Formats: sequence, C-alpha cells, structure tokens
Amino acid sequence: MNQNPTPQTGHDTGDYVTVNIGPSHPAMHGTLRVVALTDGESLIKVDPEIGYLHRGVEKLGENLTYHQFIPITDRLNYCSAIPNNVSYEMAVEKLMGIEVPEKAQLIRVIMMELARIADHQVCIGILGVDLGAFTPFFYLIIQREEIYEIFEWFNGARLTNTFGRIGGVDADLPDDFEERWEELKPGVRKANDETEKLLTHNRIWMDRTIGVSAFSAEDALNWGFTGPCLRACGVKRDLRIDEPYCMYDKFKFEVPVGKHGDVFDRYIVRMIEMEESIKIIDQAYKLYKEMPADAPLMARVPKVIKPPAGEVYSALESPNGELGFFVKSDGSANPYRIRIRPPCYMIYQAFPELVEGELIADLVACLSSLNVIAGELDR
Amino acid sequence: MDDWLIAIIKVVCIWVWVLLIAVVMTWVERRGAALIQDRPGPNRAGPFGLFQPLADGIKLFTKEEIIPTKAQKLLYIMGPLLFALPAFSAYAVVPFGDKIVLGGKEIILQVSDVNIGFLFILAIGSMGVYGVILGGWGSTNKYSILGGLRCTAQMVSYEVPLGLALLAIVFVYGTFSLRDISLAQQGTFLGFLPNWGIFKQPLGFILFIVAAYAEASRVPFDLPEAESEIVSGYHTEYGSMRLGLYLFGEYVNLVTISGVIVALYFGSWHMPYIDLGAYLGPISWGIVSFCIFFLKVSFFLWMFVWVRWTLPRFRYDQIMGLGWRGLIPLALFNIFITALFIQLTV
Repeated sequence: MNQNPTPQTGHDTGDYVTVNIGPSHPAMHGTLRVVALTDGESLIKVDPEIGYLHRGVEKLGENLTYHQFIPITDRLNYCSAIPNNVSYEMAVEKLMGIEVPEKAQLIRVIMMELARIADHQVCIGILGVDLGAFTPFFYLIIQREEIYEIFEWFNGARLTNTFGRIGGVDADLPDDFEERWEELKPGVRKANDETEKLLTHNRIWMDRTIGVSAFSAEDALNWGFTGPCLRACGVKRDLRIDEPYCMYDKFKFEVPVGKHGDVFDRYIVRMIEMEESIKIIDQAYKLYKEMPADAPLMARVPKVIKPPAGEVYSALESPNGELGFFVKSDGSANPYRIRIRPPCYMIYQAFPELVEGELIADLVACLSSLNVIAGELDR
Repeated sequence: MDDWLIAIIKVVCIWVWVLLIAVVMTWVERRGAALIQDRPGPNRAGPFGLFQPLADGIKLFTKEEIIPTKAQKLLYIMGPLLFALPAFSAYAVVPFGDKIVLGGKEIILQVSDVNIGFLFILAIGSMGVYGVILGGWGSTNKYSILGGLRCTAQMVSYEVPLGLALLAIVFVYGTFSLRDISLAQQGTFLGFLPNWGIFKQPLGFILFIVAAYAEASRVPFDLPEAESEIVSGYHTEYGSMRLGLYLFGEYVNLVTISGVIVALYFGSWHMPYIDLGAYLGPISWGIVSFCIFFLKVSFFLWMFVWVRWTLPRFRYDQIMGLGWRGLIPLALFNIFITALFIQLTV
C-alpha cells in the first residue's frame, strides 16, 4: 500500500489530515490550489493543482493576427507585462528576420528593466506580507505606483501595457523621461533601503527564511529552474548575459548569485537585481541620448504580418526567469501555433519537493519567494 | 450601603472606561498603521476618522449572524463569550490611579484590591484559551482547529515564563497585590534610580513583555490568526458580532496587559523623582495620578501597534523553541539571581 496516498479533500486518511489550501486563500496568489496532507503543522505530501486561471491563451493566438496577440501576452505575468510583450515581439521578429532599430531596442531595455523593478517589488512586498511583515509592502508598492505612472504616461496603460509593436516600438520616450527617472530613482532606492532595514538583518526574518525550502544547484537545473530562483541556488545563468538580446551586451551589470537556494537567497537576489536594473536603465538612457532625435523607432514591417512558413523559439530573461515563445507559422496572417514557456511552470513543478517535510508556514513563504504568477502558470 | 454603591460605580466606570480605550485602540491601530505605512488610513467617518470604530461596531451588530451548518452550535456560540468575558473581567484588580478622597471617604482607584492580585489576572487570562479552542473546534473548519491549537499551545507555553517573571517581582516586593506593589515603587534607590520594577527587574521586564505579547497573540506572535497561513485561524468561520467579540476581546486584553506592565514595572502612578501626592490636594491628586497612569498605559498600547507593524511573524516551532528553550531558562535564572540578591542583602 502506498505510504503517502495522494491527498484528496474530504478523505482524511489515518493519522493525517488533508488541508485544502486555495484556490481562494489569502496566500495563494491568484488562483493556485495546493492540497496538502498534514501531520499537525508539518506537510507530509503536497499536491499542487493548476489550471484555475486557464484562459486558453495559446489557442487564442491561433485565431488572432500576429499583432492582435500582443495584448493577450499582457495577461501572462500581469505583474510585469512589458517583458511578455517584448518576448513575443522578439519571437515574431526572429521568425521574419527583422532587425529592430537600436533606439527601439534601448527603449525596450529601459521599459523592461522598469518592469523588472516593479515585479521584484511586488514579489518582495508579498513575501513580507506572507511572513507577517506588512509594512515593507507599502513602502515598495508606493514606488511601484510611481513606476506605473511612467508606464501610464508612456502609452496610457498601467498594468496591461501592450508595449511595442512587431519590429520596434510605437512611440518614443517622452521628453521629460530624464526628470521623471531622476525623481523616481532615489525613491526606489529609499524604499529598498527601508525594506532592507526592516527585513534583511531582522532576526525573525532570518529565522523564517534562511534554510527554508533550500534547493541544490543540481536539482534546480534538473527541474528547469530559471531566473532569480536558479541564481539563488548558485548558478550564474542570466539570458541577458549568456544570450544577449536588445543590446544587453553593451551594459555593465552584475548578476547576483546566491548560495543555498533558500527563501532568503531568493529575496536577496531580487533585492540586488533591482539595484542592477537601475544601473542598466542609467546606461541605456545614456546610450539613448546619444542617438539622433529622428532615428527610426520601427523597422520596415509590412502592414499585414505574414511570416514565412517556419518555426522559431525565442526567449528573454523576464523578472521570473526564462520566458520563451515558440511561434510556428504556415505563411498565413495567423500563427499556426503559439506555445509559451513560462518560467513559473517549471519552477512550480518542483514545489512539492521544495516544501514536503516543512511546516505550513514555510509553504506560504516558499510559494511567495518563487513568485508563481497564476496567469503565467495556467495561461 | 455606601460601600456597595461605590463598588458598583467603580465597576461600571472602569468597565466603560476599558471598553472606551479598547474602542479607541481600534482606531489608533488603524491610524497608527497608516502613519507607519505612509498612507492616510480611515479618515472619512468624523474628524480624523474618529467615528470609524462606531461605524465598524454598527456594521458588526447589524450583520446577519450565520452559524455554519456543520458547526457544533453550542461550542460555536460559547467560543466568543468565553473569550470576551475573561478579557473584560481581568482588569478588575489592576489599579488605574492612587486614591481619591470624596466627602471624607477614601476611595482607592481600583475595582478591587484583592490580596492575590495578579494571580487573579493569570487565572482569568488563561480562561481565554477556552474561548479560542472551543471556537476553533466548534467551527468544524480545519483552519480554525489549527488556529485554536496553535493558540492553546502558545498561551499555555508562555504562561510559564510570564508566571516566573511575576514570581521574581513577588520576591522583590513581597506581595501579590498590585496596589501594594504600586505603592512600593515610590521614591528612589541607590540614590538616583526611581524605585520602579524595571530598574529592579530589568531581565524580568523583558521576559514579561515578550511573554505578554505572546499571551495577547500579537505580532510577532500572532500565529493563531496568521492570515496568510491559516486564513484567520480560530475565527475564520465567525461573522457579525461574534467576530466582533473576538477582535474586541483582544484589544481589551491589550489594555489589561499594558495596565499590568505599568503597575508592576513602570512605577504605576508615580512620577520619577517627584512625589506629586505631597503637593496636591486629595481630589486633584486622584485625578493627576489617574492621568499619569493612563499616559503610561497609552505608551504601551502604542508600542503594541508599533511592534505589530514593524516585525514579521515567527513560525510555530520557533515560537515554541523561544518559549521553552529561551524564556523559561532565562526566567529561572532571573529568579535565581533575584533570590540570591535578596538573600545576600536582607
């Protein structure tokens, strides 16, 4: 007989109690569901169920034109829509062999890094909330609001940005970007600083996060981890450096690496990445200013996008990890098939392995630190 | 007859007063959180949102009382009552001022100066556990049961260091009565330190305040209702005024704990270095001593808010570890040192 039967709600087996966590639960971001077999407070077996936010995004793509699919990609990782848009656009551009003008690439970098900061701010804020530290969330979210102001003033949308077009970007950075950015930068740094003061060396915070759901580099690679969660395990893998796109090879920045792959390392990696993103934006904006004012923003792209028959996979380093799009074209105006490789999907698969044997409170901490976004996970 | 009347007036007044502080505390908590978190907080109902607790109360009272079909009715209904009643009665032995002389009659500002003093508070305080565990069990909800169990384990564990810390105080002052202890804190010792409990029992004070936070299940010890882990813990299934009783009982507990801290460790109604009672008339001293006591209580109430919005939450095993491996040995050590000191000096 199986020692640890698959947990099912309503059937409490023997000494263990099945606890149904989610899909509607304060700590299950979005609509995740975990059915856990518990022995008091400790987790014996954890069974994540996904699909509560499945909207058929990939199938939708087959019935839309290439441009119409961009707004759909906003709804993947809704904490940072811009890298989703850019990743998709890059895939189609690769399929069509379009060379995007440098100025457009720089605008993409600036916006993507802003989105990365916003995403990490949400992730760390929520991690704090889930561990009972409510206040850092507000310090961070106020700054995220300021970043959203910049997005809004760029193209009118705050959350679902629908940024860029296939072949470039639709609009130039507004004239007073520099002022806005210089105003925002100290705010972001101050919020990070305050968060750091409240959390990093706090004894309770350290006790709650250090060593919790630690993961070895080998396991992480085997499970297909990417992004901050992989780097926290000590693997220096960042597509921005390893497979540069959008002129990332021209910027100088550090890729922070953790050691133990526990919640604390994931938190620290994200904290440092925000600072690095600020540096990247500064460098990108400096390059941007050197461009002539009338430099093109769009490559020459036909009105109706009809890529040649063929297939392509293109990925970039989204805030959560490798976000890839596989696009297959049959030569018509609609994609034949779109497949999305979200970073969360691979990471969330390892979730039972990460938390089994730990306590219920650690499950919550682990989930927030992985930054599993239901929209991206279920698509 | 007169004594009876005075007793009844005192009971009613102090009851209303504690309730009033608890009501205002809900407002202070929300506005304080907003202050710390860089946001306005409730500011619509009345000036500075002061009527917000009133609005909340009306909302809770007028909501439909739902009993979940699977709940065990009797336990479910008894839970909040068993939690709130001890909370409301514990303040009876805590003083709220020195004394007031009215018409030649000396009235001490305390509902009842019983000679077992804080033993009564400990006893009544532990009664609150029943409300939590019965409510959690009666809800027939796994989160509620988890919350109830957590709360029980935590309260039972932390009663030990709490009691041991208080025992050291008894060694120092030789009495259980909170009034006698308060009176003994006048003046100075060693020439410059006020005769306060905190200076005589610094370690005891730290132990007491940590254990008291755990007893009140406030952050960082708010596991019983950790909203991100077990939804709302033992009151997950509660609504309307039953939920109100739980929430309200907690604030009343805070007032009691702050009162005890001030009475035992912070010189009660005494000002340091100056004996105002010698300069003021009997009535005005009564009022002034009440104000001094209240100011000190307010500070500790604010500290509860301050800590809550600053610290993260412990984990279940860490809380137990801190209690049994950290606080209890320290409390025993504190008792040992105190006893040794008394033995050598007396």
